[in-house]
Amino acid sequence: MAKPTRRKARRAPAKRRSASTKKRGVLVLVATRKGAWLYRTDASRRKYAVDGPHFLGHVVSHLVLDPRDGRTLLAAAKTGHLGPTIFRSENLGKSWAEAKKPPAFPKAAEGEKGRVVDHTFWLTPGHSSEPGVWYAGTSPQGLFRSEDGGVSWEPVSGFNDAPEYRAWMGGAQDGTPDGPKLHSIIVDPRDAAHLYLGMSSGGVHESTDAGATWKPLVQGLEVVEGFDPKNLAVHDPHCIALCPSNPDRLYQQNHCGIYRLDRPGTEWVRVGKNMPKTVGDVGFPMVVHPRDADSAWVFPMDGTNVWPRTSPDGKAAVFGTRDAGKTWKRLDRGFPKAEAWWTVKRQAMAADARDPVGLYFGTTSGELWASRDEGRSFQSVVRHLPEIYAVETAEFGG
Amino acid sequence: MKVLIPSPLRSYTGNQSLVDANGRSLAELVLDLERQFPGIRFRMIDEQDQMRPHIRFFVNGEQSFELSQSLGPTDDVAIVQALSGG
Repeated sequence: MAKPTRRKARRAPAKRRSASTKKRGVLVLVATRKGAWLYRTDASRRKYAVDGPHFLGHVVSHLVLDPRDGRTLLAAAKTGHLGPTIFRSENLGKSWAEAKKPPAFPKAAEGEKGRVVDHTFWLTPGHSSEPGVWYAGTSPQGLFRSEDGGVSWEPVSGFNDAPEYRAWMGGAQDGTPDGPKLHSIIVDPRDAAHLYLGMSSGGVHESTDAGATWKPLVQGLEVVEGFDPKNLAVHDPHCIALCPSNPDRLYQQNHCGIYRLDRPGTEWVRVGKNMPKTVGDVGFPMVVHPRDADSAWVFPMDGTNVWPRTSPDGKAAVFGTRDAGKTWKRLDRGFPKAEAWWTVKRQAMAADARDPVGLYFGTTSGELWASRDEGRSFQSVVRHLPEIYAVETAEFGG
Repeated sequence: MKVLIPSPLRSYTGNQSLVDANGRSLAELVLDLERQFPGIRFRMIDEQDQMRPHIRFFVNGEQSFELSQSLGPTDDVAIVQALSGG
């Protein structure tokens, strides 16, 4: 395990660095049930300098860096007692300020029951042509948009108030144990008005008019036995990812399998059927390669019986594909061989943009693992954190 | 009147545990707190104007469940976090 150091990551010797990665480190953003931590790696990605905790004791669901300016951080936070909010930093976490108007549903008319945001679950920076635009997904399901870098947020009424969507969102009992969630908000890098999102539960949906109108995108997705897949309310996408190198390709880890979708097609293909039967294709996260749309990674979990959501048989493994899901390879070098009852939540696994790609994931038991070689081997890089909710990466330095 | 602020909300009050605020009702009092300490209201009161589940208001030692409760200028108000968590 690499030993964390406090703001003192040593650089690797210059002769060992390639030109493309010279001086560059990776920023690993870790959100937990009890606060957030930033880890800066050195150029070799072997040493981690810790910056944190930030917001110790706050439930931080997501911590995301704005890739458009490389310095603005947004954190979705609440505490056990206080209402939800968004914290912002414009200097990579040196100082923070609270959003002036956090995501909130409109006040209901007299006599009607209004919705209340329990927590903001997901944050997505907007399109590169729209600096300052961010999207947020909440629990219960709601879509919100900011046009001022996260200072103030407005509901996206075209989604939140559409009658059919209100029906598909269901109630608290229809979502995850932590409450129903809107997640995986994706902005097409070619078109700021083209959006995707997922709801657990409620399905996958697409907008081509910047969120004014939406339509379901669930063809081919399976649902829990005994239910009708035409009923959007029973669809449970866990995590959706768009391939940066081919924005027409999406992968999805669903409650009922791993899928791929190639647009303009509209039918998801269950590529998880090619996973080993003893492992299955249930999990939470879905991670794609930054430059190769045929490569993706998942972290399978036990979805049998009462759904332990732990590594199957206590044998932790990442599975990766290099051929768009036709075949999957078990990647577990560096992991314990047994008795690793890990859960990796849907936001808690990420890739960096380096070559070879680095993979990072955090467990609910508070351990951060990393691979510098696209999953061929893993190292435990941080231990003893609180329950990890989200892991994101960003490049820094230059 | 004096208002006791619980520790999770003192980041808004400059770490003051006791602040002065005014209002003829709890609702007005909370608005005055928001005026003085922006952002504090939404952490206690949701967007439907309901007290959040783990925030409690006490007026002169008695728990109050309605923001419409009237207040007098000499009342003591305590805002506390419920004994919950983990």
